Amino acid sequence: MLKKVLSGAGMLLALALGIAATILLPWAGIGALVALLALWLAGTRTGRQMSSVTASGMSTLPQRWGGASVVIVGIAGVVGVLVALLAMGRGYEATFRATGSQRRAIVLRGGALTEASSNLTQQSVMLVGQMPQVARNARGAPLVSAEVVVSVSLPKRGGQAGTAQIRGVGPEVWAVRDHAKIIVGRRFRTGMRELIVGKSALREFAHTSVGSTIRINGQPWKIVGEFAHAGAHDSELWGDVNVIGTAFHRGNSVQSVTVRLTNAKAFAAFKAALASDPRLKVQAQTTRAYYADQSKGMTHIIGILAAVVAGIMAIGALAGALNSMYAAVAARTREVATLRAIGFRGGVVVFSVLSETLLLALAGGSVGALVAWVLFRHFTASTLGPNFGAVIFQFRITPSLIGEGLKWALVIGFVGGLFPAMRAARMPVTEGLREL
Amino acid sequence: MKFLHLIWGALMRRKARTAFTLLSVVAAFLLFGLLESVGSAFTQVGQSIGAAHRLITAAKTGLMTPLPVSLERQIHTVPGVQVVTSETFFGGTYQKPSNFINVLAVGRNFWHLNTSMRLSAGARRAFAQTQTGVIVGAALARRFHWKVGDQIPIKAMIYPRKGGSYTWTFDIVGMFRDRMTLREQVMFFRWRYFDEAAQFGRGTVGWYVEQIGEPKQAGRIAQTIDALSSNSGHETRTQTSSAFAADFYSQYVDLGLIVHAIMGAVFFTLMLLTGNTMAQAVRERTPELAVLKTLGFSNRAVLSLVLAESVLLVLLGGALGLLLAGATVHVLQGQMGSQLPMLPVAGAIWLRGAIAMVAIGLVVGALPARRGMRLSIVNALAGR
Repeated sequence: MLKKVLSGAGMLLALALGIAATILLPWAGIGALVALLALWLAGTRTGRQMSSVTASGMSTLPQRWGGASVVIVGIAGVVGVLVALLAMGRGYEATFRATGSQRRAIVLRGGALTEASSNLTQQSVMLVGQMPQVARNARGAPLVSAEVVVSVSLPKRGGQAGTAQIRGVGPEVWAVRDHAKIIVGRRFRTGMRELIVGKSALREFAHTSVGSTIRINGQPWKIVGEFAHAGAHDSELWGDVNVIGTAFHRGNSVQSVTVRLTNAKAFAAFKAALASDPRLKVQAQTTRAYYADQSKGMTHIIGILAAVVAGIMAIGALAGALNSMYAAVAARTREVATLRAIGFRGGVVVFSVLSETLLLALAGGSVGALVAWVLFRHFTASTLGPNFGAVIFQFRITPSLIGEGLKWALVIGFVGGLFPAMRAARMPVTEGLREL
Repeated sequence: MKFLHLIWGALMRRKARTAFTLLSVVAAFLLFGLLESVGSAFTQVGQSIGAAHRLITAAKTGLMTPLPVSLERQIHTVPGVQVVTSETFFGGTYQKPSNFINVLAVGRNFWHLNTSMRLSAGARRAFAQTQTGVIVGAALARRFHWKVGDQIPIKAMIYPRKGGSYTWTFDIVGMFRDRMTLREQVMFFRWRYFDEAAQFGRGTVGWYVEQIGEPKQAGRIAQTIDALSSNSGHETRTQTSSAFAADFYSQYVDLGLIVHAIMGAVFFTLMLLTGNTMAQAVRERTPELAVLKTLGFSNRAVLSLVLAESVLLVLLGGALGLLLAGATVHVLQGQMGSQLPMLPVAGAIWLRGAIAMVAIGLVVGALPARRGMRLSIVNALAGR
């Protein structure tokens, strides 16, 4: 009785340890463990026994391909869906992260969370530009871009309705956002009803190629250039802030001011200077912090979705793995009993079944990750961003993401293999030998 | 029916195997139920009661561009339009910035266009008479423990009051229930209060909703309405409410694609898994099936026995999974509120689920059942 309780407790402990190790250990640690194991397998008597028993077990795999494929495909499904969903979240996050920088700050009305809910007067814009922490160009003009954001219905290339974001930007924008570059055509001219289109926006929306004209509220806007930007602005169209403000009835007020700071450490002083000026009711954030905030909600939701969906699928895959491995153990009853009868220890049997399941799980995880990589490597998606305009982003499948997927596979394999392995090891030898 | 105990016996022969297989079926249909619940919440928006009789007119440049209130009278004169009302997205937060609430300012004829809304006559009167009155969806009220008579400070997302403060105080005059469950997360106040107190945005509304007599005329009426403001600074686009909702949500996420991709992966795995279980079960029972045939069971009877077994297995697990999904949706709705639109797991989802269950059961049972049917008695009994 006591023995039973103890062995039960021991098993739970082994389970907890195994899962914790897989989840917490970095891949380098797991690699080191595997290397140690390999050394031990090759170097010691028990180790050699274990590898030969495992090899003989694996050699029967082709006869049990039905069960083996259940383990592989079940786990491949979990890992594939997990990697695909997380890749969507990472892509969204990365797009926003690339938009921000420590050297740029965005100024909004005090209390506003997004540009859509902010507005600033011309006087505020001027005062912000006078702060000493703002960088200046050769002529001494402050590097600031006062901006408005409007969203406009434009048809997508597939014909569905879409919403594009048009940003009115100041003349110094090219110095403020120095990583935005014209790749086709030219910049828009101040005071003209001209737009330039971001690379992603061009791919998403119909009739936006350079040289074409789109009609908004009955007025023609000529697309004169295409620009590339590593972040979220790539999904936008840009034009002159005053022209766009007038065309969309925004009056003289703008929504935000983005400034280029003299250096990356100037932000704290800049923020303090704005706060101490009684004429200003504004707040400043580095664009890095601002855009990280903007993507947090969506990334969080996608993370939860991925965990829930993959978690439920993992339960299904686990049940499948348990089923198959129990069947595999049952099919090898006689073989295992014979091994035990001629003196092999229970641990050898446990090791053999467990390592077989882990290898199958790893194979399944790799298949799943590979399928996700092939299908979604270059997949772009679009959603409405915080300002109700389209944000176009590319799925991002990184090695760390695949590593995470493989860890899920290993955990499922470990749990799915441990119980059948223990059953095989505990089976009374005499009964096993009598089994047909 | 009289063979039910035979099928049941076959399932119970290996309890652990049946239990594990059931578990994976439960997991698959739990996921099916949850995803369908979210998916149907999105489609429901467009298919509300009387949707065929409803048009929505919004600025061509998008929902966030205001329209002049003067347009209401002009739209009313368009032949075929019976009632017009306006809605304006106001949006706010309660207590902390993360408690987002969908707040809408609504025009006078609001009631005529929201027939699915259930609200006491007293509350309607109070709403008509109280300038700062607000009616609150039942689910929203539950979330913040509000009751009628409460004064609630709401921080406006966009519109400050005259004087620059963003805090608007509303008086709760009523709570409503709605057959469109998503509506119960929304809060409505009078546009006239907005028009009086807002610092900017006065004289404008977000969009118009029209009721029309004859759905077949929708296209013509929509064109006439849009012609009213063509070549002005606020061109409009009029659509049926279902087309409008579909457009709106498809921009957020191609939900259908994601749901279908996930469910495809899940059901494929599930079929392989239960298929393997059934194949094992039939292989094990080969001698038994031979005995049945010896006793006079026809080939067809053996075929249906095996098929029934696999269908029963999937049905059991599927029903459990959908029940579980229903319970989960119930709990999530209480906690997350409007952040995650979900519909209760009801009739339509059960129907689609049941079809999927029977289909999967038949597909995975087919091969093993054929094997059972083609069995030759002599070989099977001899164990060959």
